[in-house]
Amino acid sequence: MNILVCVKRVPATAGKITLTPDEQEIDTRYLGFTVSPHEECAVEEAVRIVEAQGGASTVLTLGPAESADQLREAMAIGIDRAIHLETDGGEWSAIDTAAAIAAAVRDREATDGPFDLILLGNEAADTGDYQVGIRLAQALDRPVVSGVKAIEVRDDGIAARREATSGGWEVYDIPRPAVVSVREGLNLPRYPSVPGRLRARKKEIERVVPVRPAGAPAKIRLRVPVEQESAVEILGEGPEAAPRVVEVLRRLGIVA
Amino acid sequence: MILVVVEHEDGAPDRLSSEALTIGRALAETTGEPLHAVAWGPAAATIAGTLATTGVAVLHAIEDPRLADYAPEAIGKSIVGLIERERPVAVIGPSSDRGAEVMAHVGARTGMPLTANCTEIRPGEPWQVTRQRWGGSLLEEARVDGPVRLLTVAPHAVEPADGPAGTSVTVQSFAPELTDRDLRVRITSRVPAEVGRVSLADARVVVGGGRGVGSAEGFAQLDELAALLGGTVGVSRVVTSAGWRPHAQQVGQTGTRIAPDLYIACGISGAIQHIVGCRASKAILAINTDRDAPMVTRATYAVIGDLHAILPAIIAEVRAAQ
Repeated sequence: MNILVCVKRVPATAGKITLTPDEQEIDTRYLGFTVSPHEECAVEEAVRIVEAQGGASTVLTLGPAESADQLREAMAIGIDRAIHLETDGGEWSAIDTAAAIAAAVRDREATDGPFDLILLGNEAADTGDYQVGIRLAQALDRPVVSGVKAIEVRDDGIAARREATSGGWEVYDIPRPAVVSVREGLNLPRYPSVPGRLRARKKEIERVVPVRPAGAPAKIRLRVPVEQESAVEILGEGPEAAPRVVEVLRRLGIVA
Repeated sequence: MILVVVEHEDGAPDRLSSEALTIGRALAETTGEPLHAVAWGPAAATIAGTLATTGVAVLHAIEDPRLADYAPEAIGKSIVGLIERERPVAVIGPSSDRGAEVMAHVGARTGMPLTANCTEIRPGEPWQVTRQRWGGSLLEEARVDGPVRLLTVAPHAVEPADGPAGTSVTVQSFAPELTDRDLRVRITSRVPAEVGRVSLADARVVVGGGRGVGSAEGFAQLDELAALLGGTVGVSRVVTSAGWRPHAQQVGQTGTRIAPDLYIACGISGAIQHIVGCRASKAILAINTDRDAPMVTRATYAVIGDLHAILPAIIAEVRAAQ
């Protein structure tokens, strides 16, 4: 199996988000960077499939020079090679991102043969556009399933499972080559080992500079939503607060 | 014309589609455009009766025996066919798994932009929207260009509301042109849900555990309290990453969004990715050693202290009360 995984560098937000003064970006001066949890699972899945079946795995990102960190992280887990579509850092639309990835895939496949499986996260952590995987599949004319939480590689295809709204699972049997966008829960990603990190540092990253798209961005400005401050009622400290908790449970109709 | 993509179950639009219809009707009123809906599946035409109070004038029922079960690419192509025939100024879908997927196929096939997770849509020159980023922790004001605006509506951006009663809905059958290749992605089998489990998304009480629980064994008290209150256990991402609990129990941006009557958050600091998953809770009780933790300041009620000392006392008190 020849597998490609696509990831996106995003700030590691946890607390309150602060914006730059022009309201165009998140102020990342005090933040680390990461990829979305969905993509961590996509990377882990690619490594596991290649470990079990043989083949090769490649990680790809579109982003600024610093995104090489996220490629190295993926290689530290066990991904074999990396392709960096290096940009000057501005935000790319879902349409432009999918087009640039499709062009890179076609280039690589012309020399190395097709990727049997292309994995992406179901949606990026930051923009949450929910569409790059489907646009990529359309451009490459390949079948695509999104929101996948279990992948089984079969002789001639892929069995992809996702959760049904009403509970249980929907199974999609699709031929290869295919595109699958995945959700966290697909697997439990491993942590990179120290030897893994050392090996990753020595691996080559293929750099490609994609053509910067024309056209005005759709984004006008960002804003942090106004959260109503809830006046928290402190019921007490320690086990002595238990009777007051039960009072609250009664008031809410949870305890008779 | 404004076209709303409607998913339905048991003969009526589902919750998120009702929200999309509510936004669609407001848009139709502002722009003076008629409101249409599109649905697929064997029962598509039967929802017409339930649309009488939604302001929908025409229901386009995509009818093809090969769409008896869900096939995202084929449904996307069918909607593109309908768009080409009917030329709507906007197509609005729910941002459910299927709604988001079908709308992305429409965007991919037409090459038009799709603006996902809108909370507000403002027609004008150009149209503008407010949309969610970071699962709703951040909002974006964006312009939407193009002759046909493709949009999905963020969950719970509006309360579903009925319009004036008594409008009659015309059903128009739409026969899509589909090849076998368009149907290469479809549900080929199903695995039923485990019976008897309280679903996290629908639970009335969720007892949540985070880093402060300390270990997989530490969850015994949370399980006990959840069982006692007829609820279920939910966890933060730290807990699933540590392998203490399965991901199916994770609450948050990349897990399940919950909306219980009460969320009891034990030893959870409250990262924004967790908050977006639990903010639809009617009430939150935080149990935490840190009075200044975001989970505590966002809660309705709080008890300060060690959860492993507090939970047994609550369990004993509930037992005494029952």
